[in-house]
Amino acid sequence: MDLTNSHFVLLPIGNTDHASGDQTLNSKRADTLKIGTPKEISEGEARVAMTPESASALQKLGHECLMEAGAGLAAGFSDEAYKAAGVEVVKTAAALWKGADIIAKVRPPNATEAKRLTEGKTLISFFYPAQNETQMSKIAAQGASVIAMDMVPRISRAQKMDALSSMANIAGYRAVIEAGNNFGRFFTGQITAAGKVPPAKVLVIGAGVAGLAAIGTATSLGAITYAFDVRPEVAEQIESMGAEFVFLDFEEAQQDGAATGGYAAPSSPEFREKQLEKFRELAPDIDIVITTALIPGRDAPKLWLADMVAAMKPGSVVVDLAAERGGNCDLTVADEKVVSDNGVTVIGYTDFPSRMAAQSSTLYSTNIRHMMFDLTPEKDGVVNHDMEDDVIRGATVTHAGEVTFPPPPPKVQAIAAKPKEKAKEKTREELQAEEMAAFKLQTRNQVGMLAIGGALMLLVGAYAPASFMQHFIVFVLSVFVGFQVIWNVSHSLHTPLMAVTNAISSIIILGAVLQIGSGSMLVIILAAISVFFAGINIFGGFLVTRRMLAMFQKS
Amino acid sequence: MELGFTTAVYVVAAVLFILSLGGLSGQESAKRAVWYGIVGMGLAVLATLIGPGGGLWYLSAILIAAGGLIGYQLASKVEMTQMPELVAGMHALVGLAAVFVGFNAHFELGNVAGMDEAAKKSLEGFAALLAKKSAVEINILRVEASLGIWIGAVTFTGSVIAYGKLAGKVTSAATKLPGGHILNAGAAAISIISLIGYLNSGGLLPLLILTVMALFIGYHLIMGIGGADMPVVVSMLNSYSGWAAAAIGFSLGNDLLIVVGALVGSSGAILSYIMCKAMNRSFVSVILGGFGAAVGPQMEVEGEQIAIDADGVAAALEEADSVIIIPGYGMAVAQAQQNVAELTRRLRAKGKEVRFAIHPVAGRLPGHMNVLLAEAKVPYDIVLEMDEINEDFPETDVSIVIGSNDIVNPAAQDDPNSPIAGMPVLECWKSKQVFVSKRGQGTGYSGIENPLFFKENTRMFYGDAKASLDKLLTLIT
Repeated sequence: MDLTNSHFVLLPIGNTDHASGDQTLNSKRADTLKIGTPKEISEGEARVAMTPESASALQKLGHECLMEAGAGLAAGFSDEAYKAAGVEVVKTAAALWKGADIIAKVRPPNATEAKRLTEGKTLISFFYPAQNETQMSKIAAQGASVIAMDMVPRISRAQKMDALSSMANIAGYRAVIEAGNNFGRFFTGQITAAGKVPPAKVLVIGAGVAGLAAIGTATSLGAITYAFDVRPEVAEQIESMGAEFVFLDFEEAQQDGAATGGYAAPSSPEFREKQLEKFRELAPDIDIVITTALIPGRDAPKLWLADMVAAMKPGSVVVDLAAERGGNCDLTVADEKVVSDNGVTVIGYTDFPSRMAAQSSTLYSTNIRHMMFDLTPEKDGVVNHDMEDDVIRGATVTHAGEVTFPPPPPKVQAIAAKPKEKAKEKTREELQAEEMAAFKLQTRNQVGMLAIGGALMLLVGAYAPASFMQHFIVFVLSVFVGFQVIWNVSHSLHTPLMAVTNAISSIIILGAVLQIGSGSMLVIILAAISVFFAGINIFGGFLVTRRMLAMFQKS
Repeated sequence: MELGFTTAVYVVAAVLFILSLGGLSGQESAKRAVWYGIVGMGLAVLATLIGPGGGLWYLSAILIAAGGLIGYQLASKVEMTQMPELVAGMHALVGLAAVFVGFNAHFELGNVAGMDEAAKKSLEGFAALLAKKSAVEINILRVEASLGIWIGAVTFTGSVIAYGKLAGKVTSAATKLPGGHILNAGAAAISIISLIGYLNSGGLLPLLILTVMALFIGYHLIMGIGGADMPVVVSMLNSYSGWAAAAIGFSLGNDLLIVVGALVGSSGAILSYIMCKAMNRSFVSVILGGFGAAVGPQMEVEGEQIAIDADGVAAALEEADSVIIIPGYGMAVAQAQQNVAELTRRLRAKGKEVRFAIHPVAGRLPGHMNVLLAEAKVPYDIVLEMDEINEDFPETDVSIVIGSNDIVNPAAQDDPNSPIAGMPVLECWKSKQVFVSKRGQGTGYSGIENPLFFKENTRMFYGDAKASLDKLLTLIT
């Protein structure tokens, strides 16, 4: 779910002072709040905002949970499962809206539902405040609060409540599945006894969360996947999902897509021309096109034009995830599947998440649960609607009788990552020159060291007797060999190395053995003790090393 | 037996020792390498026993056998978590042996000097060698012997203190007597004066003073170094024990002693260097103890530490595909390596990628963590070094920090005023989620606040590492 946000850097976000925002949602502080989920009334909506699993988590926060009978059926959660999780199942929607203090649902409320939001109640759902202004002001006048899940700011901390991302992820996956359902061939290439099957070629336009999910799904089904996005910085993410980034040869000061909260900004006409030209070039080869391009606050850009559809092979499929906002494809009809004159299927469904209700309900209810977690910092069932908190403030569109949309810009900037300066590719000559310089430096250092070492040796040799020099040369050579050998010892074997060197440093025993034959008693005693100690060391050191090394095993 | 034979055996032994150290470059060849070392040592001792000058060989044989028995007992009983103590303790033995052998050289010198020409002729072995020496050579010999005694004595007390600190018998905090480094410098100066005195007089007293000073320096030096710097200390003492052997080798005119001493000495020196580099500190500052003074106010740590229970960790592990475990000294203290290994086995059985990230100074001994994990039968090919794995954290779902603190402290990179600024650290905070198994909210050995614990993607899994993992293992089957 954090695919778009994977380039966010986690910032230490200031300790939001909960005490300062001491506005409780409800006057009855001491009572535990009831969270209720009604049945979705929009036609075809199968999702539900609370699952048995999320209900038990909510209860751990000190809340009570209510459920309208049959609300989870379409998503595959029976009333019994809810009851088993400790949820009170209420017969009618009216009773639920009356009994619950906080209503969690999926779709924006309709007129009847909005009316039921009396003073003190809080609604948590998708709301699309920009398109719903009249209803928003009405609800504000009624004194109810609305937390819009689609307004959760896209900052790292809020990823866990980012329902748009979790739904987009499902939509991206489902788009590939729908495409496969309407596509008459395998995704993966196969060579069978019955002949060769070429792999399907998939083009994903727009690499947001949905796009990346689609890339991942298509790739894992075995298709050859290409992806395009106007934000060049997502190339890395696209490649990490296994697709090939379609590069445009276009010089323009790119606006950092990250600056607009992870969405793409409208592009210049020249850029658009170049882009369409590229698509036109690709169209005849591509079997499946999945478009996910959206620009905030605008209609979806038309990217897959009628002539491109015409250029595609019969049996190809276009899935338009932007259908709700007009579609990226010229032929898209929202909520419908149309077949073009040349046999290309264009799918414009807008209910992809709902088509996977069990999965999307699980994710959405988890987003809601995280929202409640932040609203209930003390885990005591008391909601602290802290308007100082960036995330809560951003998502709240009505509160305490007032419309609080649009929110002020978040205090914490969404994006902390700066565009990386690309390391300049070094030319061959530069590399060679560098190598030469390094080599020369090394040679100079080595020659210098040798000269100094040699001079020192000469100096010692000039004064010390020959017998000393003999030993001294052995010593210097040994140190040299030691340095050469030890650098190669693997890091994980440093402890065995210490044990071995410890064992062999008891070579001092030779000295003691040579002295023990002396005539003097004192010398014999001291030598004997030394032999004894060294003996302990030899056996102990080697044995313990063997014990250690025997333990190193390959998997 | 001829001297030529002994020398030939020494050459073979020296080659075997070099091969033995060189073989430690890989886990498999290391198993063979130990045998080279054992055979080399066996040959060397045997050749010396039966060679010229090896009088009273039966006594030596008995003592070696008795020592060997004790060594065998020690080595087979020791827990792998006590490895640092054992190594430190054994260094002390080598140091003490070096001191005694050095003194013996002095006594023998005295004995030989008192003899007349005829008696000198009848001498054999070491004494015969001494008898032939000229005045200059005798002075050089005295310097060599004193050097051997001095380094041996420093090694001895230093190792004893290091042993005490590692075994928890001596406080692991850096403690100094009033006067600090002045005392060390003073003791060193007195040592030099006594050395000059010894060269002039050849008497026992200056030598004894020198020894006492060295013992004091060893004690005081290591007392002043904190527990977290122990990997450097142990490898440094390892180095010293080698140099002591080499110095004794000079005074006895024994080339094998010189070769092996030099090998051990350089090995320990390189290890110390590697450890210091891993902590981004100069060798001198570690030896002089304590961290350098902070140059400015440290960054304020904001946020709160968020706790998590075993259920939460288990759920996250169930979902994760890739896991990196970062063990530290805390794992050794809690003896949790078996539980860590079991957790690894179970996660791997589920097809998850589990790897270990080992910081060079994790634990109290170079390579300490590797040995513990090997003991618990964690395959060594999933145990990786810092440089190998640091780039993989951003693609990792879950990092588990078990009993380490400073080596995962982001302040080393972010806060130029932090005492550990610039030290290379494991960048576990870049993974999607970090769990920190830790006893309580306290700071690490160095007493530095760790901003990692306050990060948004960090959850604190409080409790004794072993108990916590036990609980976790009941939830992951």
